[in-house]
Amino acid sequence: MKGMSTIVKTIANISFPLITIYGLYVIAHGHLTPGGGFQGGAIVASGLVLLAVAHGTDWIESKVQEHDLSILESLGALGFIGLAFVGLVMGGAFFSNFLVNTGMLFGEIPVNGAANINTGGTLPLMNFAVGLKVIAGLFAIVLVMAIATNKKEVE
Amino acid sequence: MMNQRNILAAAFLTIVAVFLVFSALFMHPFGEPTSQAMDQYIIDNTVEETGANNGVTSVVFDYRGFDTLGEATVLFTAVASVVMLFRRLKK
Repeated sequence: MKGMSTIVKTIANISFPLITIYGLYVIAHGHLTPGGGFQGGAIVASGLVLLAVAHGTDWIESKVQEHDLSILESLGALGFIGLAFVGLVMGGAFFSNFLVNTGMLFGEIPVNGAANINTGGTLPLMNFAVGLKVIAGLFAIVLVMAIATNKKEVE
Repeated sequence: MMNQRNILAAAFLTIVAVFLVFSALFMHPFGEPTSQAMDQYIIDNTVEETGANNGVTSVVFDYRGFDTLGEATVLFTAVASVVMLFRRLKK
């Protein structure tokens, strides 16, 4: 796939940071507003796919390897399940929320329902892990399919 | 002309339709589930127990974390199988 015209590339370059910031916002505020790791990860991955479609498979292949995406996805999965096991050790139960109400990172309780980013215990960390996993996973699927169909056309 | 098989199918469909109509007639009113104890517990305690304003996230990642673990596993398996499937074409 060779990539599209200059107009499409310029618009994709402009909108890609905005889409990424919005997706990261949805991930980071998963414990306050609707959304979370899965939804925000899908948004960021769609922005990456937009970039891949606009610039072509060869360009995106020179920037990022599918191998690295697999490592990132595995890191996200390991972080998620690792947090669950830390909850088993610290809180006594699998998926126990051991950080809540400790005053540490994300360890506060919202007062009278007021929005506070520093709340939620392990929920924001799990959102980050799942978000990383979904970004890398969805983009790896699209990338590997695009590369495979590209090679098939050449043959 | 109705043969035996058609009669059998018609009888079966009538029975299924009667079941569906009866279950529709005796359905719960919308928004009023039978047991509300679990819902009320989560609504009352989610802020104190998980510290999250968003009750849905606290259910997904805390109360029902196993569910999300399975969901993440499904995604992981899907990605792994797609990558494995399309790697053969690259050669």
